[in-house]
Amino acid sequence: METLYDIFIAPFAEFEFMRRALVGVLALSFGAAPIGVFLMLRRMSLTGDAMQHAILPGAALGFLIAGFDLFAMTLGGILAGSAVAIGAGVVARATELKEDASLAAFYLVSLALGVLIVSVRGSNVDLLHILFGSVLALDDATLILLAAFATVTLGALAVIWRPLVLECVDPGFLRSVSRTGAPSHIVFLALVVLNLVGGFHALGTLLAVGIMMLPAIAARFWAADLTRMIVLSVVLAFVSGVGGLLVSYHFAAPSGPAIILVAGVIYAGSLALGPVGGLRRRFVPGRHLEA
Amino acid sequence: MTAALRFRDLTLGYDRHPAVHHLDGAVADGALLALVGPNGAGKSTLLKGIVGLLRPLAGAIDHGVAPSEVAYLPQIAEIDRSFPISVYDLVAMGLWRRAGLGGRIGKSERDTIERAIATVGLPGFEGRAIGTLSGGQMQRALFARLLLQDAKLILLDEPFASLDAGTVADLLDLIRRWHAEARTIIAVLHDYEVVRQRFPETLLLARSPVAWGPTGEVLRPENLLRARRMCEAFDDHAAVCEEHAA
Repeated sequence: METLYDIFIAPFAEFEFMRRALVGVLALSFGAAPIGVFLMLRRMSLTGDAMQHAILPGAALGFLIAGFDLFAMTLGGILAGSAVAIGAGVVARATELKEDASLAAFYLVSLALGVLIVSVRGSNVDLLHILFGSVLALDDATLILLAAFATVTLGALAVIWRPLVLECVDPGFLRSVSRTGAPSHIVFLALVVLNLVGGFHALGTLLAVGIMMLPAIAARFWAADLTRMIVLSVVLAFVSGVGGLLVSYHFAAPSGPAIILVAGVIYAGSLALGPVGGLRRRFVPGRHLEA
Repeated sequence: MTAALRFRDLTLGYDRHPAVHHLDGAVADGALLALVGPNGAGKSTLLKGIVGLLRPLAGAIDHGVAPSEVAYLPQIAEIDRSFPISVYDLVAMGLWRRAGLGGRIGKSERDTIERAIATVGLPGFEGRAIGTLSGGQMQRALFARLLLQDAKLILLDEPFASLDAGTVADLLDLIRRWHAEARTIIAVLHDYEVVRQRFPETLLLARSPVAWGPTGEVLRPENLLRARRMCEAFDDHAAVCEEHAA
């Protein structure tokens, strides 16, 4: 009979790659989950999805030039992600097209381009590696990079917190008192790209956005207050990471999809049981109150 | 008498179509001005122009007050009320000029915020999410935010839209208090009764100004009729306006 120690602790105690993966998902949780909360609240949940596909050709170009080189692929990803974010924003403002349409156009082209570039030089295994990541093979440099991204994200969020919140709630008021709205929006988009690139190293370009959005959306069902929502999203992201690693260890499942699936289970549970605007309130309203 | 605002042949609009056309005149310091007119008359546009959200197509606005002393209450529909923020935090935004990006909210600021919330009649609602407020409570919270802004020029865009009589009376009392404190107030209104009773001065706008002066003279039936006719004449293929062309 397996003990709790065998199930929960032993995998991490015995294997270094599991400990590294643990540190990696911790760093990812701190950076990506709060960004996900703001994306969700600004009704940009799918924007994250589009932007992560946009990162692929950049990372692929880095791969084409330097192979699996951390610096080249990171730089390529950041450049490509920023280019698509800026490009879609510019097209949306300069033309009749809305931003979602521009993003869709840009990311579809990027995705196709990225797959093409990887297959020019690499094998299908390389492509899978780039699309789905390798959380079980994080080296020192990658861990430091992830931790740095999380640190930058939290610091920058602290600085732009007030204008970011204000621009979500009451953009007209913000514009009437301050010019910080546009710069903080740009910083925010940069943070989205940064965290998607970070997530890409661990979870690949297809699943990076999962650790960003799923915990954030799940947290929405438990908290009616922004601060609590963000703290909870970080906790849920980390729990998904740990749970996914354990599932992947015990059942020999691929780790990236396992992490996102655990996050998905948490989302489904929150949807059903969460007290704030979830299904429970709808179908089991409880007896009404006095006032 | 110094002017809080002076409009010089002002034209504001969207995509070259004027929404406010050739407006001249001045708003005196300490004025209590009602801005009335049919839908699409350019009332909100004029407020946006004053705040600086919209650049004039022609002419100019001279400000007698610094931009930092202008408070602007947008129409309530422009606010995302599903955002998870508390009444307290919404009201606290009024301190933006003082606190900005990273300024501290200390004891004295917290006292001011709580006083403002009490003044508008929302004590006990501090921790409530704004999504749970009724329309009247939400507007009270926004007036508390205006109180904190402590502005010399206050612009209100349809502050009483779909509010009950009790709430309107309370908010009108706040406006009267601001007027007594010699602040300049411009409010977009649709209820002529309220305008007649509480606003000494009125600007009737139908893209072009129809009448501007003491409320009793402006709100005469022939003026109102003229305003309605003028507003129905929007033309997608209008020619370039030659009036006052420099």
